[in-house]
Amino acid sequence: MAEAETPVAPERPGPVRVYRHRLPTRIWHWINAATLLILLMSGLMIFNAHPRLYWGEYGANFDRAWLVIGSTPDSGYLRIGDYRIETTGVLGRWTDAQGAVQTWAFPGWATIPTRYSLADGRRWHLLFAWMLSIGLTLYMSWALLGGHLRKDLHVRRAEWSPRHIWQDVKDHARLRFPRGEAAARYGILQKLSYVGVIFVALPLMIATGLTMSPGMNAAWPWLLDVFGGRQSARSIHFITAWALVAFFLVHIAMMLLAGPVNEIRSMITGWFRLPPEKQA
Amino acid sequence: MSGIVLPRRQLIARAGGLAAAAGVLPLLSGCDAINDAPAVRKILSMGEEMSRASQRALIDRGALAREFGRADLSPYFRPNGTRLPAGADYAAHVASGFADWRVRVTGLVARPLSLSMADIRAMPQRTQITRHDCVEGWSAIGGWTGVQLSHILAAAGVSESARHIVFRCADRLGDALYYESCDMVDARHPQTIMAWALNGAVLPIANGAPLRLRIERQLGYKHAKYVNAIEAVASLDSIGAGKGGYWEDRIDYEWYAGI
Repeated sequence: MAEAETPVAPERPGPVRVYRHRLPTRIWHWINAATLLILLMSGLMIFNAHPRLYWGEYGANFDRAWLVIGSTPDSGYLRIGDYRIETTGVLGRWTDAQGAVQTWAFPGWATIPTRYSLADGRRWHLLFAWMLSIGLTLYMSWALLGGHLRKDLHVRRAEWSPRHIWQDVKDHARLRFPRGEAAARYGILQKLSYVGVIFVALPLMIATGLTMSPGMNAAWPWLLDVFGGRQSARSIHFITAWALVAFFLVHIAMMLLAGPVNEIRSMITGWFRLPPEKQA
Repeated sequence: MSGIVLPRRQLIARAGGLAAAAGVLPLLSGCDAINDAPAVRKILSMGEEMSRASQRALIDRGALAREFGRADLSPYFRPNGTRLPAGADYAAHVASGFADWRVRVTGLVARPLSLSMADIRAMPQRTQITRHDCVEGWSAIGGWTGVQLSHILAAAGVSESARHIVFRCADRLGDALYYESCDMVDARHPQTIMAWALNGAVLPIANGAPLRLRIERQLGYKHAKYVNAIEAVASLDSIGAGKGGYWEDRIDYEWYAGI
């Protein structure tokens, strides 16, 4: 990976500690983690009310859906386009905690609340949507004004080179993580994924969410044009939610592989112990 | 490769059993206990108030819902909720083509009215092709014709002290008649109409014949069907269970359904 710009002080006893995450990052990280979990689980409840997705302005039961989670009398299935996967036990047909068979799309363990309640799912979702929006706005402002974006997340010219990116991909695939001073900075894939989440995926979730609001459609009808209609916005909202889940899974995997205690401690206290350079 | 490979269903069932053993299920019912706690309900309802206040501040009072062209109509407009009100009364109205249907306009008005469908069709009409958004997530585009509610309210001389308009319906769901309500901003909105036609034809029974509300900047359950009374009130407290609508009273749907 990238060479260290400043050499690590030699022969220092004990690990080198760097102050890696400032307080706003730590606070927002944990509030946002809880908020996104609640939004995901309450969002799956809302999806359960109509487990079909469409493109365009309109879409209801008699219109062609590009994604359906449904059930037959003895199975559950997921259909995407013309491709159908049997999902009995997980999606479309599953057994609840009381042993009763349910045919809601997502199972109770994945939704808020666990029993079907569109009304309550919406209450949780639409309150925590405020939490997400306010938190993200504050964090983006801080990242822009406080130098976090410029100093830590800004992708340098050299990092854009395909060779550099490919090298980082290979290093990740081989679980070869940066050590020493290089570990104090984000790699190109980290920068791209964090910037992607903060400045693309989360704003996209909020914008597509607002596009589903009939009130907001009257205030800002251009939202409908940006996303190609309310049902398209709903589809993009759903797809982006799963992209965030994918980010979360990779994020957790990398945290576990890179050293969970050090990684989690740094997101609580701010202090990160640099993994020592391998002795040649 | 059969033999030792468990069928997927069986595997999933075992995984479910393991999860239960690990204490996931008690945890989940704990989540539902949080969901049901009165203090939590109070906090959750803050979201509705934040949405209502910010949308009222952000959206021009007269800002219109998007109107579409005939080419954009849904091939079939999905009816929802009651599709045929029960009872001999409604059946008799259907048999007579709603000739004796009356819409009473009461409450805080100077001149209470009792309007026949002929009276309503004789008033100035508005036609609008709009998108109907169900709280469940689906949408359908339909063309509606009817009289602006503001026109009816003006004809009745609605009082300055009226804060809400209540719509009473002829369809009974379970133990009570359906009803809905809105504030005066939406009541006076140009696209808020009492519609008697869908896509150029007389309103089908499943869609709320003979008269239904269109309140285009809110979700579907606000659009009361089979309307037979319009009441101007100062407060919703004494109407139903006091939350302003059938579903609001029963399962805690938001009264403000602009989002």
